[in-house]
Parts: sequence; structure tokens; C-alpha cells
Amino acid sequence: MKVDRRRFLRGTAAAAAAGAFSSPAWAEDPIGVASIHDLSGGLDIYGKPMVDALTLAVEEANAAGGLLGRQIKLINYDPQSNMQLYTQFAQQAALKDKVAVVHGGITSASREVIRPVLDRFKTLYFYNTQYEGGVCDRNQFDTGVTPAQTVEKLVPYAMKKWGKKVYVIAADYNYGQITSQWVKKYVTENGGEVPSIDFFPLDVTNFGPTISKIQAAKPDFVWSALVGGAHISFYRQWAAAGMRKSIPMASTTFAVGNEHIVLSPDECNGMLICYNYFQDLKNPVNAAFVAAFQKRFGADYPNITELAMGTYQGFRLWAEAVKKAGSVDRLKVIEAIETGISIDAPSGKVTIDPPTHHCVLDVHIAEVNDKKLNVLEDFAQQKPSDTAAVCNLIKNPNDNQQYVIKI
Amino acid sequence: MDLVILLAIQVLYAIASLALISVGLAIIFGMMRVINLAHGEFLMLGGYAAIVATSRGVNIWISMLVVAPVVVGIIGVIVERTIIRFLYGRMIDTMLATWGLSLFLVGLTTAIFGNTTVGISAPLGSFQIGAYRTSGYTLFVIGVAAVVLFGILVVLRGTRLGLIARGTMQNANMAAALGVNPPRVYAVTFGIGAALSGLAGAVLAPVSGVFPTIGVAYVAKSFITVIGGGAAILSGTVSASTLFGTINQLATFATTPVFGEVALLAAAIVLIRLLPQGITGRFFRRGL
Repeated sequence: MKVDRRRFLRGTAAAAAAGAFSSPAWAEDPIGVASIHDLSGGLDIYGKPMVDALTLAVEEANAAGGLLGRQIKLINYDPQSNMQLYTQFAQQAALKDKVAVVHGGITSASREVIRPVLDRFKTLYFYNTQYEGGVCDRNQFDTGVTPAQTVEKLVPYAMKKWGKKVYVIAADYNYGQITSQWVKKYVTENGGEVPSIDFFPLDVTNFGPTISKIQAAKPDFVWSALVGGAHISFYRQWAAAGMRKSIPMASTTFAVGNEHIVLSPDECNGMLICYNYFQDLKNPVNAAFVAAFQKRFGADYPNITELAMGTYQGFRLWAEAVKKAGSVDRLKVIEAIETGISIDAPSGKVTIDPPTHHCVLDVHIAEVNDKKLNVLEDFAQQKPSDTAAVCNLIKNPNDNQQYVIKI
Repeated sequence: MDLVILLAIQVLYAIASLALISVGLAIIFGMMRVINLAHGEFLMLGGYAAIVATSRGVNIWISMLVVAPVVVGIIGVIVERTIIRFLYGRMIDTMLATWGLSLFLVGLTTAIFGNTTVGISAPLGSFQIGAYRTSGYTLFVIGVAAVVLFGILVVLRGTRLGLIARGTMQNANMAAALGVNPPRVYAVTFGIGAALSGLAGAVLAPVSGVFPTIGVAYVAKSFITVIGGGAAILSGTVSASTLFGTINQLATFATTPVFGEVALLAAAIVLIRLLPQGITGRFFRRGL
């Protein structure tokens, strides 16, 4: 297209007028918030609900007038389940977009990739996934549950119900490795025994020999810390071998990616799980939240997951701290949180524990039943005692590592 | 004793599933010398064909045993006509082209079906062996593998079609001089190879679930089996599957799945070092 002088002038005038219209002189720039969650690739079953929850949280905050009188701008990055893209997007968020905070990371691997980047460029980081515990870094906040909050509750509950001999199967990476050690510790402390812990690479789909082995060991129940799409086939093969009715199962990974909706009721009914959040929690805050969520994303939204709620709560905690600090400056926000910030979330009261930067929150045990998660028992205000045993950021603010807790 | 029977069934199952996932590749690679890196995606497409058909109300057995192989067979013929036929005799080029094809198929299925694992429950229920239980579907997979292998034997040895196919692969020009149309034979053979892959993918779908990148889990094992087996399609596939399946399953049972895989790969390396032409390069030379 040829642009003559007259058309060029007209164009720029229109653009200038539009610009003046949309940003009145008195408004400041919006506050940037980056989201780095996998929306494609193998982890998208986890990432998509997390981004949906974050989007809702930002929209709610903006509708309520923003933060400090400024609107919030959510910048979404999709790292496609690829670690290299995680590094790249963390740098972009910190250096190019100059965001006030990054919410992101799903696996522990992705967290450990972006954590040093955000440390180096002094950008506040919230990691909102349930994980194996132990991260100690003043620049970072972990709003998900750790084994001391879930495994410690579910092990005695399941042992009381089913018996003392527990066979553990787990995904072969740091979550599975570390969590299965926690399971073993709590089983032993409760007077039980773990005949075997079997690890599976994330792409294994043939569980036949393991199912025979489990039968030979005759456990009272099986503990699963399996993760991801390929491992869903374990539950199928387990049910196909007619084992679901004879040996029950407990897990702290099942249903996080809505596995209970993918599988048929006959393949997973009766399984016990333990998390911070379930869509069916009965309290007014949650009722309002679920209504708002379904209004935004459709009444047929399959199920609001634990990870989605973690992300929603992470954003709300950050926003609360910004209000308290009166600034989005990184250090001022950290200091505000370290005075003890808490919110009334759909999952109950959530408080950030200052020495560990993890959360004190409610957990619930639930049972899978016909594609629903029925809450059986509640445990109020659980502390992240596993991480607290090794991490104190008030005493050692310069500490910066992930402790692998010796069990 | 019950455990021994159960283990024997597991070993048979491992052999059967290896043979099933490799036999389509054995035809395409072993007979036609085309390195088909999209083999895993043919299996994946078979799985999706079966699941989509079943969820639309088609009887599960028909969707697994008829719909999936027909659909993937047709896709195979299209692929042969549009891509592979320009590349016969250029092994490296077929490798690149089919690798591109595999990326394309993964992207396409992700765009259509999303990245979530889908699946159907395994039919047939379970049965008791003494104190142990195992699924009836395991026996079905073993049965399908046996029927497929026997079927290939009958077709290649007993029918005119098999004779023409073997003749064309050995010497296309001579076959053409005798009145055979080699391009058509190539297309049909490639289509049958693809159809068998589709069948395998569909039969294994209830066991392992289906997602767009599941091909990766299959493709390495099928290549190892086919190369370990050597030139003869049938005896190669059977002997290599038997060897690798037994090693893999027993090692997995005795230790962990990680060591099971390691044992399989180690066995493959030793085998290729000792028998560079594969098992049938030295034994069963006259086999099919």
C-alpha cells in the first residue's frame, strides 16, 4: 500500500486521539503480573485450570478498582512444557515486561529453572503448586501444600481404615522420590511397614509385572504417587485385573489433573485423596467463588482443581501484601508478607508462614465416588512443618536452596 | 505355582505386545526398506480411531478390529502415494520425510483432540489364578498377536498376493516385466503395514490410554525389535519379540521397570554386536 502525506497525517492524528482517549492523563501505567504456566504439551491438563483461576483473580481485582488505584495487566506466557522456554519467558517477564510478580511453574523442575533467574533479576516469584517441600528462598513464596500437610494426615487415616502394610508406587522424578520417602516415614511412625517402593519413568504404560508383584506382596492398600498422562494406564490396568475391589488405594497426586473424570467410576471409586481444596467444600466463600468461576468459564467446567485454587490464592495473597505495603516494590512486599498476611479463601483461612514463605492452611481428606470428590474429614490450619524443620528465612534471609529433607 | 502361571502369562503378553507393535514396521522397513519414523504415530492414530468410533456408539470389538486398521490403512496408502513413493531407495530421505510426518501428525491430533489422555476401559473383566487375579484382556492381546502373525504367514506363503509382494520387493523390474504393477504393490504393502500398526494401536489403547505423543513410547521399541529380528519379517519379529519381551518382563518383575527397560536395551546392544544382521541374519535364514 502506498502511503501519501495526507493519509499518513490522518492516520497519526487518529492514533493520537485514540491513545488520549484510552489513557486519561491521571491514570498510571498498569501493574504487570506474569503467568508462566504450560498451556500445551504434556502438562497442559494441570496448566490450563491454573491460568483460568489466575485470569479470574486478576479480573476480580480490576473490577474492584485495581491495586493502589492502578489496573493489573496479566501477561500470559505458555512455555509448552519445555524447560528452555521457561528460562526465556522468566527473563522476558523480568527484564522486558518488568512485572511486579511472576506466578508460574508446575513441576519442580520448571520451578528450579525459573527460580534462579527471578532471583538474579530481583523479581518476586509465587509458586502455587502442591509439591515435595523444602524450598527456602526469600524471593519466593510457595502456596501449595507439602507432604507434612497432606501425607501426614492421609497415611494414618488410610491405615486405620484398611491396615498397616502399604505398597508404594511413584513417578520417577523428584516429586515421586521425595514424597514416597515421606510416605514411608509416616507409615513406619504409625507402626506399619512398606514392603516395597516402585518407581516408574513418566512414559511407562505397561504395569502388568508390577500388578503381579503387588499381589504377591499382599499389602493392605497401595499408595500411588504416579503423575501424568501415561501413568493413568496404571489405574485402568489395576481395575482390569479386578484389583480395585480387593486392594484399596490412597494418593496425593490423583485428581489433580482431573483423572477421576477421565477414568470411569469403576476404575477409581473408593480411592482416598488429600488436598487443600475441593470444589464441594461447604462454606459461603467457596459457594460465591464457584458461582463466579462458572459464570466466567461456563457451568459445564469439569472441576476446579487443587492447583487452580493454589494459583487463585497465590494471587490474592500477593494482592493483599501489596495493599499492606502500599507499593509493588519487591522488598516492601516481602516485608509486608513477613508480618503475616492472611486471606479468607474458598478453601478456608490461608496464612503465609513468615519463616518458611509457605502457607498455613486447611486440608481435607476426600473419597472418589462416581466422578465426584466427597469430603470425609477436615483438618484445620496445618503448618508446613517439613519445610519449617530446615528453613528459617527470618534468621537466615540469605538462604537460597531446596533442602531435601533427610528422612 | 500360581505366581509362575501368572508370570508366564505376563511374559507371553510382553512378547505379544512387542510383536504387535513391531509387525507393521517389519513389513514397511523389512520388506520395503523404508525407515518409517511415523510408525509410532500410526499406532497412535489407530488408538484414536478406535476410541472415537467407540464413543460414537460403534461396538468396541468392531472399532478395534475393523475401524482402526481400515482408517490407518487408508492413511497409509495416502502417505505412500503423496510422500513415500518419491523416495524409494533413499533411506535417509525417507527417514527425514517420515520424521516430519510424525511431527505433523502429533500437531494435528493435538489440535483436534487436545492433549489430554483419553481411553476406554478394557473389556472382558478379570479371572482368578489361585491367589492371584489378572485381566482377561491380557489373554485377548496374546490371541490377537497370534492371529495376526499366523495371518501374515498364510498370506505371504500361501496366496498369490503374498508371492507377488515378495517378488516385487526382491526385484521390482523383473516383476514389472512379468506384468505386475510395482507402484500398486508398493502402495498396497505400505497400506497393509500401516493397517497392522493401526490395529496394534487400537488393541493396546484400552491398556495404555491414548494421547498425541504416545508414539514416542512405541517407536524405539519397535525399531529395536525389527532390527534385532533382522531381514525376515515373520521369524525375525517373533524371535526378537520373544527374546526382548522375556528379558524385559522378567527383569521388571525381579527389579523395577527402570531396570526392565535397561535390560531390554542392553540385550539389544549385545545382540546387534554379536549378530549385526539381526537374529535372522544367522538363524532361520530361510524363514519368512
